[in-house]
Amino acid sequence: MQQHASPAYRPLGVSAGITASSISKSYGTFVALDDVSFVCRPGTVTGFLGPNGAGKTTTLRILVGLTRPTRGTALVGGHAYPRIPNPGLHVGVLLDASAQHAGRTGREVLMIGARTMGLDSRRVDEMLDVVGLSPPESRRRVRDYSLGMRQRLGIAHALLGDPAILILDEPANGLDPAGIHWMRELLRSFADRGGTVLLSSHLLNEVELVADEIILIGRGRILAQGSKADLLRMSGAFVQAAEPASLERALGRAGIEIASSNGGVRVDVEPAVIGRIAAAESLALIELRSDGVGLEEMFLNLTATTQREGVSP
Amino acid sequence: MSALVAEAPSLDLTGSRRVPMRRLVLVELRKMADTRAGRWLLIGIAALATVVMILSMLTFDDPERTFTRLMSSASIPQAALLPVLGILLVTSEWTQRTALVTFTLEPVRLRVVASKVVAAILFGLGAVVITLVMGVGVTAIFGNEVAWDNVGIVEIAKFALLQESTILQGLVFGLAILNSAAAIAAFFIVPTAFGLVTTMWDAIADVAPWININAASGVLLEPRTMTGEEWAHLGVTHLLWIGVPLAIGLTRVLRKEVK
Repeated sequence: MQQHASPAYRPLGVSAGITASSISKSYGTFVALDDVSFVCRPGTVTGFLGPNGAGKTTTLRILVGLTRPTRGTALVGGHAYPRIPNPGLHVGVLLDASAQHAGRTGREVLMIGARTMGLDSRRVDEMLDVVGLSPPESRRRVRDYSLGMRQRLGIAHALLGDPAILILDEPANGLDPAGIHWMRELLRSFADRGGTVLLSSHLLNEVELVADEIILIGRGRILAQGSKADLLRMSGAFVQAAEPASLERALGRAGIEIASSNGGVRVDVEPAVIGRIAAAESLALIELRSDGVGLEEMFLNLTATTQREGVSP
Repeated sequence: MSALVAEAPSLDLTGSRRVPMRRLVLVELRKMADTRAGRWLLIGIAALATVVMILSMLTFDDPERTFTRLMSSASIPQAALLPVLGILLVTSEWTQRTALVTFTLEPVRLRVVASKVVAAILFGLGAVVITLVMGVGVTAIFGNEVAWDNVGIVEIAKFALLQESTILQGLVFGLAILNSAAAIAAFFIVPTAFGLVTTMWDAIADVAPWININAASGVLLEPRTMTGEEWAHLGVTHLLWIGVPLAIGLTRVLRKEVK
């Protein structure tokens, strides 16, 4: 049940964004990702939303070449990530804020990144400043960092090379509300300067706060993608008429597409719209009800079922 | 942050150069020394060799107080600590999960492995230099009249070869196993167990010298010219204990999904 809300799913070709084309990944018989396709455009923040275990992290790992897809291709900035020379200068990546040597200081973690990319230590201090880690904090070992501090350190690491694209896995995890607000401002201004941001989250309100575009993933499949506004408004209706053929003609004249028909028909507009059409065309309806699967409802259903199944991340 | 052009068609990589090997090696050296465990391991390697050399001189009878004898004493603690250094150089990336960052900054994993091999060789050289310097000092103070006999460039080269062999053995074990504790355990148990089997099992006693790397390498410390067959033993045992784990390790690291 792919629901592509209209304007966001324009094919854009290859841009300095991110393009995932029909990515599938199987582990033996387990299908982790099934035909995942999406585009992240420059100037936007895209939220990759899904419950734990939905395949978000696997997708992000495939984007940066840490995991090989079974099928499909991933392009970052128009290139296969492993072919980007000194990729830290083009793509900022944060996959797991806790994947740092616990015995290193925060500053040293950034120094290693800076040295690899060929940057000097001034850049490290600038980025520590940007993410709000004070000099004394930066000299503490990562083992003594709270999750929020690790996230800030990870974001600083991703920003080190002044990249055009950011790929962040659960960056808001562990941040307090003020921290989430700060991150929103940071990513917003990054996108406003033409940068592309793809961030994942398992929390709808987090994504609502930060993202312009939303990709909803569940059990390895993309369930919906589009602008935040469209997806949150997304609704539909189920309608059954005494004379189905007349109804379909009327809907056709009104330019309403029939999503599916099974006894009655399912359409992607609100019931009130159908009601007005039926009245205008003098159609006898047997049934008219809301059949909207909005983003929130879809997400809640998804979360509820996956939680029942006890799928771990 | 600058130079972000809206709607740029794709990343412009014309000015981009891949990370030079020299920089990758420097980063690897740094990563070994910037944690408490790593720093103490490096200090321990230098300190323990020195302490063992001094203790040897104090306990040895006079005829044994020579530079070459001292070098073989020093190689005992080195044989235990250098492989651990080699192992940690690789495995800490996996146990601490920093491989995630390392391989996103240099996606060509073979280059990362190569930089670790070069770093290991440099650490080995460092250990050789420190041991030699300390050994010269200790011998100058405690050595007997013939302390410097049989000391030449060949002996020093053989000592260096032994140290490099030791650290690289550790590195390839780390590469093949990718877990610090398991790799350290395997490193000390597997070759010794093999050696033990070859001594107990008559049928393969003939091939034992071609399998037992510790015996084959030990000859490097004997103050005499090695025979062609001994060099052959050295080569074959190294192919077995460095070549094979290296091949396994490379296959694993280049293919493994980094989590």
